[in-house]
Amino acid sequence: MYMRNVMMMGLITVLSVGILWSSEAADQQDRMYGYGLGRPATDLDLQHWNIDVAPTGEGLPPGRGTARQGAAIYATKCASCHGPTGQEGPMDRLVGGAGTLGSQKPVKTIGSYWPYATTLYDYVYRAMPFPAPQSLSSDEVYSVVAWLLYQNGIIAEDTILDVHSLPAIRMPNHNGFVPDPRPDVPKN
Amino acid sequence: MKNSLQKEKRDEPRDEADTEKTALLDRRSLLAGTAGIVSAIVMRSVTRSAEAAMLVAPDDPTRVPGAAPTAYGQRSTYEQSVRVPRSWWGSLTPLQDSHGILTPSALHFERHHNGVPVIDPEHHRLMIHGLVAQPWAFTMDDLKRFPATSRLAFIECSGNSAIEWKAPTGQSVQQTHGLTSTSEWTGVALKTVLQEVGVKPDASWILAEGSDAAAMTRSLPLALLIEEALLCYAQNGEPLRPEQGYPLRLLLPGWEGNTCIKWLRRLKFGTAPFMTREETSQYTDLMSDGTARQFTMLMEAKSVITSPSGGQRVQPGFIDIRGLAWSGRGRIAQVEVSTDGGRSWQQAVLQDPILPKCHTRFCLPWRWNGADVILQSRCLDETGYVQPTRAALVAVRGVNSVYHYNAIQSWKIAADGQVSNVHA
Repeated sequence: MYMRNVMMMGLITVLSVGILWSSEAADQQDRMYGYGLGRPATDLDLQHWNIDVAPTGEGLPPGRGTARQGAAIYATKCASCHGPTGQEGPMDRLVGGAGTLGSQKPVKTIGSYWPYATTLYDYVYRAMPFPAPQSLSSDEVYSVVAWLLYQNGIIAEDTILDVHSLPAIRMPNHNGFVPDPRPDVPKN
Repeated sequence: MKNSLQKEKRDEPRDEADTEKTALLDRRSLLAGTAGIVSAIVMRSVTRSAEAAMLVAPDDPTRVPGAAPTAYGQRSTYEQSVRVPRSWWGSLTPLQDSHGILTPSALHFERHHNGVPVIDPEHHRLMIHGLVAQPWAFTMDDLKRFPATSRLAFIECSGNSAIEWKAPTGQSVQQTHGLTSTSEWTGVALKTVLQEVGVKPDASWILAEGSDAAAMTRSLPLALLIEEALLCYAQNGEPLRPEQGYPLRLLLPGWEGNTCIKWLRRLKFGTAPFMTREETSQYTDLMSDGTARQFTMLMEAKSVITSPSGGQRVQPGFIDIRGLAWSGRGRIAQVEVSTDGGRSWQQAVLQDPILPKCHTRFCLPWRWNGADVILQSRCLDETGYVQPTRAALVAVRGVNSVYHYNAIQSWKIAADGQVSNVHA
């Protein structure tokens, strides 16, 4: 159902963006004499900004790491906010919570809730550590990600994470997400 | 219903410090009267210190020259309404003090994920890449040269009222509903810029990224946003406030605030969602069966009585019940008010302007007889959607979904006039 919804969005997009594109193609003349604003961006322009990592693994940089290597980095750079084992806080709990999502007190963590392992790489590099985002090397990010996945029982302590192995990891809650069914509440 | 705090301050006896301020004001007023012959330097320094102090009203303002013109206006020092900061992550708009539908820029709620960045507009760029004819970069000057467009729109954080799922928690409407605001937004239509760049036919999702320390990112379905998306550089007639994304933000009218990426630096076109942290582990709505709804972008219709509201104290007699209603699907068609906890409803007056995806002001003249009552408002939007009761909403969604709480709000007026938040 979810994929059907995404595909439907895709179809609508092809139709509507097709208009953008075809008017573009038909009016090459106009485009050449369009607003004439902006300039082509170069790879150099984009190299520090194009940091997103997709579920396919697209965007992952070279590098590698294991949970064993990640333990020390986590202890130094992450534990003060997330606790020594990723469960104590004070900030977001990262470890545990398996099987709690349908309970009265759900515990949403990387292990119990996050649908993609690639998101973890993207987010840790992009926004962590909180006082110094984008400061970790790719080896450090792979290592911390490995430690977090190991703590959640998803990979072994010596699993090497890299551009190939990370996107292949299937997260426990991979199938836990559904599309928006609203309006969903019957009228009063 | 006047803020009692303000009144108390005004009635306080003047102490020595106040006398000093009065003296300062008098000196400043004198200078203002002879501004033509006073050197600019003296003028500036006096103005500065006068602004730093609290200006105190003279006994008769018709007998004392007023203040000099100022470079950037300030509100009266008698007005105290402020945002309430919430930890490090944001602040709440004081809806209880609002008039009309616009939120002053300085009072627009804040939500940021690692602080408000300082950005030099000269160096800021919007980069558009991925499935486009050619990667393209725009300066702020480029973007301002495109044909401009303006519209009024509310922005509401989808976490607004999240504290109300389980129990009545917020003591004031600022705490329960303060993560929504309305501004006039000006910029260039995204569609216009994309025509300049050329989007490939297979592009269906956009990754929008901010230039803050969270490098905030959301994936957005192109087909659903293309008609209304705006690249905004101005708010209420002046450049965006830093906390609203200066120098550039995305506006997606009617969508949850988080999708309106602030400090916008990059739009990347792809064929699938990028599955960022903010659209997987956050901003997804957990249902009681353990599944979570994803890409719930739209903000459904919601209304709230802003006065009388929690924390206020009212007197028996005439009360103009006032509030705000809004819908991410379009215009508000009707607002009803109940003064008996939802048993009966009266139609409220909607004040112009009534605009799509915008706060709409409603009011209902009423006489309170001094007995315990529960006030509620519910709205209907132009698509026929009716704001749900709390019971109906919770029956479908449970109490753990965090986001998109839009149930009817109940305010109890006790016999002593004290107004408080209740679930009814």
